Amino acid sequence: MATNGDIDAIRAQLAGRNGDGLWKSLEELSQSPQFPAFLERDLPRLAPLWRAPVNRRDALRLIGASLALSGLAGCGRPPPERILPYVEQPERVVPGKPLFYATSLTHAGYARGALVETHMGRPTKVEGNPAHPASLGATDIFMQAAVLDLYDPDRSPAVRRHGSISTWTVFLAEVADLRARLRRVDGAGLRILTGAHSSPTLAAQLGALSAQFPEARRHVHEPGARDAPRRGARSVFGQAFDTIYRLDRARVIVSLDGDFLAGMPGCLAYARQFADLRRAARIADAGRMSRLYAAEATPTLTGAMADRRIGLPARSIGALAHALAAELGIASPAAAGTLPEAARSWLRDAARDLLANAGAAAVIPGDQQPPAVHALVQRINERLGNTGRAVLHIDTVAAPADRAGTLAELVEDMAAGQVTALVVLDCNPAYTSPLAPELARLLDRLPFSAHFGLYVDETARHCAWHVPARHELESWSDARAYDGTASLVQPLITPLYAGVDRLGFVAALAGELETGAHDILQRYWRTRRGAGGFERWWRSSLERGVIEGSAFAIRSPALRGAVEELPPSPESSAGYELQVRLDPGVWDGRYANNAWLQELPKPLTKLTWDNAAMLAPADAAALGVARGDLLLLKIGDTAVEAPAWPLPGQPRGSIAVHLGYGRTQAGGIGSGRGFDAYPLLAPDGGVPWLREGITVQATGRRMPLATTQHHHDMEGRDLVRRMTLEAFRRDPRQLEQDATAQPPAESLYPPYDYSDNRAWAMVIDLNACIGCSACVVACQAENSSPVVGKHEVLRGHEMHWLRVDRYYEGTADEPRTLFQPVPCMHCEKAPCEYVCPVGATVHDSEGLNVMVYNRCIGTRDCSQNCPYKVRRFNWLDYTYDQERRGTLAALRNPDVSVRSRGVMEKCTYCVQRISAARIDAKKEGRPIGDGEVVTACQGACPTRAIVFGDRNDPGSGVARARANPLNYTLLAELNTRPRTTYLARVRNPGSDAGGASPADGDDGATGDGDADE
Amino acid sequence: MSQIFRPGANTVARAVLAGALLSVPLAFLLGFALVRSPYATGVGIAPPQPVPFSHQHHVGELGLDCRYCHTSVETSSAAGMPATYTCMTCHSQLWTNAAMLAPVRESLARHEPLAWQRVYDLPDFVYFDHGIHIAQGIGCSECHGRVDTLALTRKLKAQPMHWCLDCHRNPAQNIRPRDEVFNMAWQHPANQLELGRRLVDAYGVQTSQLTDCSICHR
Repeated sequence: MATNGDIDAIRAQLAGRNGDGLWKSLEELSQSPQFPAFLERDLPRLAPLWRAPVNRRDALRLIGASLALSGLAGCGRPPPERILPYVEQPERVVPGKPLFYATSLTHAGYARGALVETHMGRPTKVEGNPAHPASLGATDIFMQAAVLDLYDPDRSPAVRRHGSISTWTVFLAEVADLRARLRRVDGAGLRILTGAHSSPTLAAQLGALSAQFPEARRHVHEPGARDAPRRGARSVFGQAFDTIYRLDRARVIVSLDGDFLAGMPGCLAYARQFADLRRAARIADAGRMSRLYAAEATPTLTGAMADRRIGLPARSIGALAHALAAELGIASPAAAGTLPEAARSWLRDAARDLLANAGAAAVIPGDQQPPAVHALVQRINERLGNTGRAVLHIDTVAAPADRAGTLAELVEDMAAGQVTALVVLDCNPAYTSPLAPELARLLDRLPFSAHFGLYVDETARHCAWHVPARHELESWSDARAYDGTASLVQPLITPLYAGVDRLGFVAALAGELETGAHDILQRYWRTRRGAGGFERWWRSSLERGVIEGSAFAIRSPALRGAVEELPPSPESSAGYELQVRLDPGVWDGRYANNAWLQELPKPLTKLTWDNAAMLAPADAAALGVARGDLLLLKIGDTAVEAPAWPLPGQPRGSIAVHLGYGRTQAGGIGSGRGFDAYPLLAPDGGVPWLREGITVQATGRRMPLATTQHHHDMEGRDLVRRMTLEAFRRDPRQLEQDATAQPPAESLYPPYDYSDNRAWAMVIDLNACIGCSACVVACQAENSSPVVGKHEVLRGHEMHWLRVDRYYEGTADEPRTLFQPVPCMHCEKAPCEYVCPVGATVHDSEGLNVMVYNRCIGTRDCSQNCPYKVRRFNWLDYTYDQERRGTLAALRNPDVSVRSRGVMEKCTYCVQRISAARIDAKKEGRPIGDGEVVTACQGACPTRAIVFGDRNDPGSGVARARANPLNYTLLAELNTRPRTTYLARVRNPGSDAGGASPADGDDGATGDGDADE
Repeated sequence: MSQIFRPGANTVARAVLAGALLSVPLAFLLGFALVRSPYATGVGIAPPQPVPFSHQHHVGELGLDCRYCHTSVETSSAAGMPATYTCMTCHSQLWTNAAMLAPVRESLARHEPLAWQRVYDLPDFVYFDHGIHIAQGIGCSECHGRVDTLALTRKLKAQPMHWCLDCHRNPAQNIRPRDEVFNMAWQHPANQLELGRRLVDAYGVQTSQLTDCSICHR
């Protein structure tokens, strides 16, 4: 890392760059002399070897000792094993054959459909449910990580009363007393606080509870709640609606800080629709693609995919929306003057494209933006005729927060002594709120408080009672997707701990003790649907994972009123603005104890296990801080210490921090990591995500941050091929003629004929890849890759078989971001194979570069010789260490070998899935069909950016993708003949200089009829 | 001054030298012998079982089909072990008071599985699939021997990797018609190689692929 004195020099070099070439970090971009030292620190496993080389005698001693010890370890026979057959064989359970069940997993209240793989009653892997509208067969990282939550040994195992173990029966007795007391006063003093939920049955139950206790009040607290869009809708339509999108109908998309690719409940569907108009097959066939304009206040996945991106502080987004409305003739053209020139040219082009594609476009505001921006955008979409086509309104899906009170109101009432009994359901307000300290203090004094949740978390510690919840994979329930589609949640495993179903818990509060959650659920749906043919309907709903025809109807509300003025954006040049965002990995903190999500590099920073204060590189230079230097963020009386993270693309004058860290009671994985940003949120409502007038100062101390961005570096060659749509249309065959993109025809290595067999190959479309990293977690889940922890990540020992490299292009202020997933390339002429002294990595006849763990002696020559740096080494016995933590062994995929210390491992193209398909096809005497083998990464991908199959089958998807003119080979000049290839990234910026030629390329690029329905 | 070394010392010295030289190959031989010995392979050792189940009685004498108990042998990688209910199909009527069967009745009564000792135990990094071997005409007795003659189940053949590979390199020597797979008494005919080659073709066995590491290791 550059020291402070070098910042100016780096800045000077930054300014001189013309923007060509790719770079990964600021230090690399600046090519500072400190960069080698920095790399040495980021690849520290090599550093000690340079400083203190092992001498010959020591080396020989070690070699001799390890030989002798490994020889001894081979003696003796394997330990005896037992076979435990069933007493009564369950129907359809066949040992060795997984079963898939349809269920739903909720995230922040919204359902995504899943098909969960179970091995003899153990859920091991989540796949998407193609029949479910919010999944479409894909998953996000949270769905993938749900199985790890299920087996988390830190989950609460027992009912607790004032911290001591109690029982459900004792709790019920106390609830009976409470009910008797409350009935006398019609429930006055009873409050029920829930997180966002969309379960129709739970809503009915809570409604019935309110009917029993009319004086009781409900409150909803959800840190990621979508209040602003609803309030915006209410101000223009007179009623709250949820706005959803059909991006396959949008040839032009303008995002005003709206991260529709990751942050919204429908993001999986949006990502698919978005990619469908942009994938390489379509660019090559039709020569056109959609165009995405993104203005954003902190870099997001949506901005990374944008054809035209600008970074603006969050406080200026409102002005931008206003100026856009003015360009389209809706608002008065007053505010545009305050925008910088880059934003104005962005705006002109966006407005021009919107007008040219009226009715086939979408303007998408961010959930963090104030209601007024949402209201204005509703008018813009209405004016352009987008509403009803790419922009749709439905009734609100998740529990409407407007009929319930807020957390702030609850705390106020508690302080006023109006609350005597509080039930907290599925939320953790003693952590996820700036009011947490006060709430905790008030909770301690309540006569009756009960917390219902998976963990004994911060809130549970302050409640008199804690009742452990069952995980979603253990319970019966239901939930709605972003478009209102209802689906059932069914248990896949006998509860691991003495947990209670959520529906059963609420029923108990309502005095109904005998009915189980399954019956409650059936009873609700029977009343909704009628008893005739119910059983059949129920079974088919369970089997499909979706309740047919339950999606909400599209509404066409009429606009009312005049354009409201935006609240004046404070011209506070005095201080920085502070944006508080949900973390891409641990969200609001609820996934803090999930090690997969903690260790997953965050998409843009590649940071693991921590959060940081992201600020513009120029601001960092002005403050004289570099990555990892601790900053003191101060607003009013609140001060939080946070490590600095200069982030290319972060607007100047704006600092962004992520919530979800700094937890004290998360469990063994999540407690004590990072800093808690909740105190920085506005305590009194308003725009909670944005704070003005924050002061920042360097403390002079620093902390290590575990980032993977320079691990497994491919040394800056031309890795991500990219071009503009215009360049592609001028010469579609340019990559095919580029000698550096295609391998040479001849090789020094002996030929091998793959033509008479299957030849597995993978193609990754960089136009469709949005960098969400679902593939990385899916790979980890499928292949039981261990988690190594922050300390080991700092040493470069992370074990993900698949990484998503993030590159920048251009300047540090306005970079263009590129993602590139890198699994094993399965080279036909694999450099790793020639250097293995024991033949532990060899080829099979279908072209897989296979790793034979039981042969591997851990020389690591293969990794040294791999130009793609995709091999991972077990430096320690990570798997065994984790297995000792109770239930985690049950999570492992039984079809994959467990790797021990001293063994190299890497992507296998999911050889276990290939084997299963091969055996099935063989038994049935047929060839393996195209699409029958789906790798874990491919199955998880929301945009279907990954295609896998038999290259020798000319009709296969992978063969067609390889024939695409955008197909290129990574490091082709090395002539490794990889089976994994890429489809080059094409951008559609239009007139990039912001000058004339408004319609250039638009007729082809966006004038596209089949986007319409 | 008397001699320090007596005449016999030469012999001792030679013996020590020879012993030192011989000890190296001897150690190797011992090692090789050890890994092939029943101690390491478990061949011929009948581990103690909760119930002294006799394949000889049930299969050889009563004629039960293998698949009556090992139900998933055709469909799955695992052959499957009978649930207690399977045992009780007959033993709820026969030998209902036999002391030998007390653990079975107890398993049913307590709803706790019988804990059998594994006889055939491949290393955990080997992914053997029963189903595909059955489908491709490899009889039970090819690997398990004449289990129908065993009063107590024991391993009749060791399964080192070269033994697997011997067949994977040339399955024609062991393959049999599919309808003879469960016939324990089936004998290879004199023209086995000729028959085998015909069956390898007919069943679509891709011999070229069978020695890929990824066929058994994942």
